[in-house]
Amino acid sequence: MSEIKIKNKDIVVPGEELAEGMDFIPSGAAYRVKDKIFSNRVGLVQVDGRIVKVIPLNGKYNPERNDVVIGKIVDILMSGWRIDLISPYEGVLNIRDASDRFIKKGEDLTRFFQIGDWIMAKVTNVTTQKLVDLTTKGYGLGKLEPGRIIKVSPYKVPRIIGKKGSMMRMITKATDCKINVGQNGIIWISGSPDQEILVAKVIKLIEEEAHISGLTARIKEFLEKETGKKIEEGD
Amino acid sequence: MSYDKRVDGRGFDELRKMEAKVGVIPRADGSAYFSMGGTSAYAAVYGPRQTYPKFLQDPSKGVLRCHYAMMPFSGAGDRVRPGPNRRAKEISLVTTNALLPAIDLHEFPNAIVDVFISLPETDAGSRCAGICAASLALADAGIPMTELVGAVAVGRVDDKVVVDLCYDEEAYEEGEVADIPVAMLYNKGEISLLQMDGKISKDMLLEALERAKKALTFIHDVQVKALKERFKQVENIE
Repeated sequence: MSEIKIKNKDIVVPGEELAEGMDFIPSGAAYRVKDKIFSNRVGLVQVDGRIVKVIPLNGKYNPERNDVVIGKIVDILMSGWRIDLISPYEGVLNIRDASDRFIKKGEDLTRFFQIGDWIMAKVTNVTTQKLVDLTTKGYGLGKLEPGRIIKVSPYKVPRIIGKKGSMMRMITKATDCKINVGQNGIIWISGSPDQEILVAKVIKLIEEEAHISGLTARIKEFLEKETGKKIEEGD
Repeated sequence: MSYDKRVDGRGFDELRKMEAKVGVIPRADGSAYFSMGGTSAYAAVYGPRQTYPKFLQDPSKGVLRCHYAMMPFSGAGDRVRPGPNRRAKEISLVTTNALLPAIDLHEFPNAIVDVFISLPETDAGSRCAGICAASLALADAGIPMTELVGAVAVGRVDDKVVVDLCYDEEAYEEGEVADIPVAMLYNKGEISLLQMDGKISKDMLLEALERAKKALTFIHDVQVKALKERFKQVENIE
């Protein structure tokens, strides 16, 4: 007989027993030993029918294909750039993937990206050994103009973006700032200086309260108070 | 003469006061504090991050590196010379080996996870407190681990089997003493650290290990409680 040992949306710790019996399927950070399911991370459980899923709450960014990330140029190679992603692994941007324009052999690569520049890039491939290939070809990708960079936990990024980008749209509308969020937890903000500070404040607030219910409403209230204008719902 | 009353008045299988706290060092990726009586340990985890020196890196899985250090003022009054010495290096090694069976670093090839354990005060059982703290700090850092690791010292003082020895018991002079630090993976029931200082008979050793098991379930509860406390804000969710 199968039995579930925890409640939906419980916090679990490594080694905690989640379910017994073969009727349940582990997913996310859950694993099975014989007929029991355990968690291997600190996380939030989601029980959806037969699937027992553990969503991790913390950790470093582990690059995955198709993620859009923000990184800093830390080195220039023979045929590309090395990019720090605040992850255990650095990304490599090859000249082939850097620009639509043909780059001649031996050309000065600092004309495209200098050491210390921030770029927005997409992960094209991650090997088993975690070599990360990046590209800056595509809409919205490439060098980021001077702005403010802040860092948050990569596990809070979905909350900062909101459902289909709703949170991000609300902040952009209220503050008139341009905001780019990387999946690796780096956020670039550009606007008037006081508004930039406000955005940074709001994002820190989201990060701290990401899991308390009514987040959108609270953030909206906070933004309205700070900016003094009414935010309309929708679009 | 037999040892019928413990120097600090505890029962023979009574532990000292245990306290655990997770997330004590904001700058670190994960951190924890664990104390048992007069011994307390801080553990900070950094990583997974790039491996330096490079020769340590392993392309098949991540590497765990523990660093054990007693603070200069942590002893019984004499200054403890800072820096790695023979003892600290050995304890760093056994701590790494005690934690390794529980953590899974296959997701992080070529990377390293650093664990720094510092002890502001010590009254025997420092490697055990260090392991308990390190295990919590690793969980706090989001390192995949099959389960938490707990550790406790058991042993004998004269004719009695005791749990969680304090320094005065280790230094007991009127009879034989054995001090056995044990680290265990609760779910698997596997022992990942077993050392001994002193002499003990086979029967007493088995009895001591049995008591260690019982004491460790209690320590496990303390650890789980501390971890859940840390993520409590998450508990009042929608």
